[in-house]
Amino acid sequence: MPASIKGRIYTMKTNYILKNGRVIDPSRKIDRKMDIGIRDGKIVSPSKAKDAVVIDLKGLVVAPGLIDMHVHLRQPGRTDKETIKTGTKAAAAGGFTKIVAMPNTTPPADSTANIELVNRIARDEGVVKVYPCACISKGQEGKEMTSIGSLKKAGVIALSDDGKCIQNHELMRHVMEYSKSFGLPILDHCEDEKLGCGGVMHEGTWSVLLGMRGMPAASEEIMVSRDIILAELIKCRIHIQHVSTSGSVTMIKDAQKRGVKVTAEVTPHHITLTDEEIKHFDTNHKMNPPLRSESHRKALIAGLKDGTITVIATDHAPHTETEKLVEFDYAPCGIIGLETAVPLCLTQLYHKKHLTLMQLISKFTVGPAEVLGLKTGLAEGSQADITIIDPDLKHKIDASSFFSKSRNTPFDGCEVRGKAMATVVDGNFVFSCLPGIQGMIAHR
Amino acid sequence: MTNWTRKDLLALYDLDAGEIQLILDTAQEFKKVSERRVKKVPALRGKTVVNFFVEPSTRTRASFELAEQRLSADIVNMSASTSSLSKGETLLDTAKNIEALQVDLIVMRHSAAGSHNFLAKHLRCGVINAGDGAHEHPTQALLDMFTIIQKKGRIKGLKVAIVGDILHSRVARSNIWGLLKLGAKVTVGGPATLVPKEFRNIGVRVCDNLKDTIEDADVVNLLRIQHERQREAYFPSITEYSNIFGLNRETVKYLKPDALVMHPGPINRGVEVEACVADGPQSVILEQVTNGLAVRMAVLYLVAGCLEK
Ligand SMILES: [Zn+2]
Repeated sequence: MPASIKGRIYTMKTNYILKNGRVIDPSRKIDRKMDIGIRDGKIVSPSKAKDAVVIDLKGLVVAPGLIDMHVHLRQPGRTDKETIKTGTKAAAAGGFTKIVAMPNTTPPADSTANIELVNRIARDEGVVKVYPCACISKGQEGKEMTSIGSLKKAGVIALSDDGKCIQNHELMRHVMEYSKSFGLPILDHCEDEKLGCGGVMHEGTWSVLLGMRGMPAASEEIMVSRDIILAELIKCRIHIQHVSTSGSVTMIKDAQKRGVKVTAEVTPHHITLTDEEIKHFDTNHKMNPPLRSESHRKALIAGLKDGTITVIATDHAPHTETEKLVEFDYAPCGIIGLETAVPLCLTQLYHKKHLTLMQLISKFTVGPAEVLGLKTGLAEGSQADITIIDPDLKHKIDASSFFSKSRNTPFDGCEVRGKAMATVVDGNFVFSCLPGIQGMIAHR
Repeated sequence: MTNWTRKDLLALYDLDAGEIQLILDTAQEFKKVSERRVKKVPALRGKTVVNFFVEPSTRTRASFELAEQRLSADIVNMSASTSSLSKGETLLDTAKNIEALQVDLIVMRHSAAGSHNFLAKHLRCGVINAGDGAHEHPTQALLDMFTIIQKKGRIKGLKVAIVGDILHSRVARSNIWGLLKLGAKVTVGGPATLVPKEFRNIGVRVCDNLKDTIEDADVVNLLRIQHERQREAYFPSITEYSNIFGLNRETVKYLKPDALVMHPGPINRGVEVEACVADGPQSVILEQVTNGLAVRMAVLYLVAGCLEK
């Protein structure tokens, strides 16, 4: 059990039997109708769940609790954008039971004191499980490495300088060698800071037509290739965050074939939108990495299909309305994603027949669990972290109903198919829009 | 006959050929007014126009101001230093404050692409783009096209070359859209670092040497080269630029004898163009400036007319 959820106390301990659901558990390649019991926060055979509340899940999918390994919770420092409380509520409402908190807070999470603070708030106020990620370099300055061994002891699950990328290859090499001893994965935001410096969107036809400074695909690809080369040299693992270009996918695929231990994640927005959207100058289309062109978008989907990319992560990046309601050049990068990821991915990947439900759920469970060394699955005896999904429910995304403190999404009003209907953490319904089942957070 | 239905003029990308032609035809009428002894008309009497220049400009601003005066509008001038943008107020705050003064039109120049599109979405009053970053400068392109029609009688079928820093040029982008929509063949040329190949995707010919760019052109539009581009490593030196890409005594020989030479100003004499060419018989640079007045009167008149409806 991670430090973040030690001591979590629930006043109510109810046993449940989830009946008639279609259980999809990618960790055991199970996809069939079966009943699941929950007792004392663990998954048990239905016969062992005594005095249980029976929930009929006919027509719904029962999946292992979804994991989002790329979330910006903004606490400490920018609680006007999000807090651990509101961010974990948003996670629960989006179907996530476990999230990884990125360390680019104010101050950055580069010390054990900061990690302990995040763990304490997550334990007291968090609705889902929060796994803190620490900075690779002190202050995210790309100069000196953080106290990786001590951070591991304090309960850190991974290392990342997300939002920035270590430009000094020697430092990166040392970090990869040193962190290998502690089994901590490095999650890298790949971006050459000089190439396309000052860019506000993807460099391509649309940046040229709109007269905006572009961020070339090469800026990401140079650092992806650097990471692969070093991982091969050191024989360590490396995880590429929010892959956005076809060149990155090709390099990662080739490296995996050679046996390099490189993994990658993609965001729901990079597989849904392209740089053409920016012609409307809506700052909710500004992110880093930027929305790329159609050929890149297709390559990302192909990478998910052929298994090169094993993780979907949201890069949930809350910003206030004031910050986003400015000229495109001056707006901060990023959009929120926790409450839109499941509907968007079901719509874009499952309903368009790119991925099966088993494959899609795997990108949210087995994929991230393998990178992070977390447990996932619905086997008896497992911790009861469960997400119940209606894969077909047609609805319209309504940002005003979000639990997140921020509203910066380009998907408000979009027609989608599929939704997380309930989220169970350690046997407790933290979120539910199932009839008769009350979640810890009220359904809106 | 096309009707004008827009409360804003943001970008020539947005307009169709009929709308562009309507502005040019209207400008033709105002050009006649400018040639009268009494140059003022009451078309915008009782209307208030704010010239809001977040990026400094002397020429475009003077041209707009004079156009507004000739149309009898009430005028307020604001620049970035006199506005409160520097005090932490956002652009939208400032613009809403301007609008609250019962202003009808805001003529704005801003260094960020798309600023006008952003404001127009949030304001009831009209917004006219006097230049937004490297995005568009629609009235400059309209006055360029007006000048071409005046000299050549048409746009359709003409070959127009735009030479220089295309990458950072709002004048180039507005010209490209306007000229393509009216049926011209457009070539862009200059150092490969400053001439994005992606323009080919919208049917523009892209060259990286001066001769190919201009030798069969009916019109050559030279863009101003900014010295900072050299510091940003786009080309080796200003001297090299003027030797290889400038229009000088030697390179002017590539031009067809009846080709027009245009420049949006201000000219860097001796860089993109030498005096003998800028002041030579093929140059229409000063006529562009004169025509700017009629074109801006037409734009103000059409947009203000739409606000009334
Ligand atoms: Zn990032």
